[in-house]
Amino acid sequence: MTANGKPKFAMYWAAACGGCEIAVLNIHEKILDVDANFDVVFWPVAMDAKYKDVEAMPDQSITLCLFNGAIRNSENRHIAELLRRKSKILVAFGSCACEGGFPALSNLTTREETLRTAFSTVSTDNPQNLRPQPNYTVPEGELDIPHMYSVVRPLDQAVPVDYYMPGCPPESEQIAAVVELVIKALKGEATLPAAGSVIGAGHSTVCDECTRTRNEKKITGFTRIQDFRPDPALCLLEQGILCNGPATRNGCTARCPMAGVPCVGCYGPTDGARDFGGRLMSAVASVIDSTDPQEIERILDQIPDPVGSFYHTNLAGSLLQASKPTWEEDQHAAHHD
Amino acid sequence: MTEKIGVYVCHCGTNIAGMVDVEGVAKWAAERLAHRGVVIARDYKFMCSSLGQELIEKDIQELGLTRVVVAACSPHLHEQTFRTACARAGLNPYLCELVSIREQVSWVHTDKAAATAKAKAVLSGGVERVTHHAPLEPLRVPIHPATLVVGGGIAGIQAALEIADSGTRVYLVEREPSIGGHMAQFDKTFPTLDCSACILTPKMVSVGNHPNITLMTYAEVTKVDGFVGNFEVTVTQKPRYVKVDLCTGCGVCEEKCPKKVVDDIFEVGLGKRKVIYRPFAQAVPKYPVLDRENCTYFIKGTCKACEKFCPTDAIDFEQKEEIITLKVGNIILATGFDLFNAHRIPQYGLGRLPNVFTSLEFERLCNAAGPTNGNVVMRDGTTVPKSVGIIHCVGSRDENYHAYCSSICCMQSLKFAHLVRERTGAEVYNFYIDMRAPGKGYEEFYHRLLEEGVHFVRGKVAEVSAFARLPGEEGHLIVQVEDTLIGKQRRIPLDMVVLSAGLEPRHDAKQVAKVFGISCSADGWYIEKHPKLDPVATMTEGIYIAGAVQGPKDIPASVAQGAAAAARVMGRIQQKEIALEPVRASIDETRCSGCRICNALCPFNAILYHADTAVSEVNPALCQGCGTCVAACPAGAISGTGFSDEQVLSQMEGLLLRNLQPVEV
Amino acid sequence: MTEAFEPVIIGFTCNWCSYRAADLAGTARVKYAPNVRLIRLMCSGRLDPTFVLKALASGADGVMITGCHPGECHYLEQNYKAMRRYHLLKRMLAQMGVEPGRVKLVWASAAEGVRLAGEITKLVEEVRALGPLNWPTAGVAAALPAKPAALEVPA
Repeated sequence: MTANGKPKFAMYWAAACGGCEIAVLNIHEKILDVDANFDVVFWPVAMDAKYKDVEAMPDQSITLCLFNGAIRNSENRHIAELLRRKSKILVAFGSCACEGGFPALSNLTTREETLRTAFSTVSTDNPQNLRPQPNYTVPEGELDIPHMYSVVRPLDQAVPVDYYMPGCPPESEQIAAVVELVIKALKGEATLPAAGSVIGAGHSTVCDECTRTRNEKKITGFTRIQDFRPDPALCLLEQGILCNGPATRNGCTARCPMAGVPCVGCYGPTDGARDFGGRLMSAVASVIDSTDPQEIERILDQIPDPVGSFYHTNLAGSLLQASKPTWEEDQHAAHHD
Repeated sequence: MTEKIGVYVCHCGTNIAGMVDVEGVAKWAAERLAHRGVVIARDYKFMCSSLGQELIEKDIQELGLTRVVVAACSPHLHEQTFRTACARAGLNPYLCELVSIREQVSWVHTDKAAATAKAKAVLSGGVERVTHHAPLEPLRVPIHPATLVVGGGIAGIQAALEIADSGTRVYLVEREPSIGGHMAQFDKTFPTLDCSACILTPKMVSVGNHPNITLMTYAEVTKVDGFVGNFEVTVTQKPRYVKVDLCTGCGVCEEKCPKKVVDDIFEVGLGKRKVIYRPFAQAVPKYPVLDRENCTYFIKGTCKACEKFCPTDAIDFEQKEEIITLKVGNIILATGFDLFNAHRIPQYGLGRLPNVFTSLEFERLCNAAGPTNGNVVMRDGTTVPKSVGIIHCVGSRDENYHAYCSSICCMQSLKFAHLVRERTGAEVYNFYIDMRAPGKGYEEFYHRLLEEGVHFVRGKVAEVSAFARLPGEEGHLIVQVEDTLIGKQRRIPLDMVVLSAGLEPRHDAKQVAKVFGISCSADGWYIEKHPKLDPVATMTEGIYIAGAVQGPKDIPASVAQGAAAAARVMGRIQQKEIALEPVRASIDETRCSGCRICNALCPFNAILYHADTAVSEVNPALCQGCGTCVAACPAGAISGTGFSDEQVLSQMEGLLLRNLQPVEV
Repeated sequence: MTEAFEPVIIGFTCNWCSYRAADLAGTARVKYAPNVRLIRLMCSGRLDPTFVLKALASGADGVMITGCHPGECHYLEQNYKAMRRYHLLKRMLAQMGVEPGRVKLVWASAAEGVRLAGEITKLVEEVRALGPLNWPTAGVAAALPAKPAALEVPA
């Protein structure tokens, strides 16, 4: 297609909010470097492109593809497979592509429940109780609507992934640095990290970058920032606010906790952790200051939504991935596909 | 897969082979686990035999094994055996894994197919786990030669003397003003009827005079830091208000003190003592203590009779509590027992019916140095009883109180019966559930009592009352009992009843256990490392137990345990250093962000926080290897040798057989 | 499926109490269901909730966590940490739709071989009644994605 000899760049938005796209634009003038060094061949949010154009490209012809968003429906999966085939370096870009992100919290409910909430609750103006149909005939012909899955999956459960770049969204400085590194690597001036690595992030946790004072931890109760005014200089967790910072990979400069908002864990687990929420639950429960089961239960009552709290952006990448009913619906659907 | 793993499946005679197809398991491992690194899998009659061990050693050398998995008995039995075998063949001993297919498979299951399947899974778990083992070196720490003995009863005395005689320092700490313990309160000892004081006093004196024993009475251990070989012990010395360096023990102060109070401790409320006092004549050390609560000077500000008459100016009303720090390598706990409080059984009338006595009260009645000069009399202090009942198992073998047998109360009751017959000629009834006389000379003593004409009624006493219903019962205590040998309810009128109360753990046993970092059973007795093979060690290295603190026992057994604990400690001191299991946590400082989750989790204070670098660090000498911080570290920055995430999770993969490749059909 | 369902239970034991209780059950030849496979830890305090999640995600139908009775921990108080984690984990599992009966905390001292054996058999029967868990990730040995070979980067 292009004869300018520049490596090709693609970016795709699957099940995600669009924040990742904005974050890329937020690298400011470095976006010009992207343009200078790459030939942007596919970036639906920024330029017009058709899937068939991508399909027409030779395999492995895209050098760098940033894929953001989770795999929520058959279209996401189809494009993931397509871009995997066409790309040399496929990066799971942002929390949703890495570990499912916020959309994956719907793995706590079945697709049926999700659709009911969206189309049939009192807040929805849908008197005919219409639902999206997989196939729809219009005068121009038959339309196939992408099929929505029961279980939201991270990108690497659909296709092999070369690098993971976490964040909701990834910090623009980190994106700029990664882009710069790839450009250098393409020129032979730098080497890329080992395949499968997490890029654009650190190796310790958010606490490393948070300057709040930390003490030995003993938690006697949990609360939320809307319910009380935390000491601005003291560790939020010590004040009973569920801050996921201790378990979350650093790289964000601790923006949220420094601004008084607890970390939700968007940069995901550190290298050693197999299950973000499992680690975090272990840590937080360990420092509950009680030996009495009933009192422990009373304290835990103050965490109304454990999965939502501990797997805020990681549920699809966790060990269990989805709730039992959601899996059952998923398997049932697989049998009938 | 770069590891070369050798797998050895033990028959253990028929112990394993009787329920597990051991040849089948070995063959299966060789085939199905080959892709996981298993290069050889053998079965053998007895892996722990020298021939079995040689098999492993030969394979290590000839096949170049890098890991060894033995499927046999519990690691608590033979882990050391196989580690040593590996070491002999030049393989780091920590690269060996012992999986239990005997205690946890063949002995507990009844279906051979299921047991064999489980043995395969267990072995598969071991193979996966061993792959993640790291070569380790044991941690060597020096042993401080001094020893702390806590509790100056007969067990503690014996232990202290044995160690001191071997030439090393002993600190003997006792809570009461004198050593001697319960034994000092007794009159005679069963079954030989030796005078208790006569055999105890010389030992107490030896302790007091021994150049290697530092005796600290009226003192308590309040804190223990450190670990085996290197304990730092904090002792709180309560003020005696007597300068022991000046006091000669002449006793003038006690003589001149104008105030007497009831002695609730040594004389169990039957006698009185002065406010400045020695608990008993043979007390060691000889220095008195001043009872501040009751002292007229401390209450009213005047008196000071003791000070006035003291020839050496040893009285010091200003004395304060003193905190002393000791460095010791080993600790023996011999803190003894409490007597079961028989008030808890109201139907036996203690405290309500004057002539119901506890066993310890009765000991004091019999004792020539006691409040009645050894006369067995009723509560009025003069009347000699004509009939005495002795109730066994008070608070023992009773699900409402203690389910266990107190072990001493049969023999104690027989002793009481003999003393009553000897001193008063009264009729004696022993009410027992079962007669337990298993010690040397005990059964013979029972027969002697039978010949002395003591009545034995087999049955648990329902009630002791003073309500006369039948002629002849007026003015007596009536014991209501089912005589199970004749199958009849009986009411036996008696002048005096003695409750042979059981033994129970010290009221503060659990707090003391916490100070020393050892564990208690649900009852509160301290738990030995092994009930048969290691009865005086505890799970905490360097801390030993002796005497009734471990469970009810009589004097010979307490003495034996005191000596046994001493022997263990002396062995340790002789070795000069000890090798500790290298199961320890460590923190990767590059990944630690100083969140401080782990800091408060360690009960051994092994985790230090460096405020300057905002990183936590584990002190390996203090770390006991429990792994709690490893599990709690949200960053995954703490790893634990021996039980790493990889080891546990890969073992799980193996146990669930997720490591197998599908069989080609 | 013609074969009867035999649950697979992963049991976590403490080196000082429940593992010894299991040994004692063996020594005393106390029989119990063969469905449990034990993992020895030094202390229940080592139990990371991740272990339980991993077991369930890897094909176990149930998990038993065991440790020293409260107040009897060999490491003084670490079993309380296991207890706190268990209480939180139970809430998380409930939200994930895992039946509460599948994961159980049992305190067992070194002397309680008979009791531990009884608890194991009881849990096996309870899980048998619940049926197989069959967590879908268990079918795929590589639920964690296979790492692709290092990529050639054009110069």
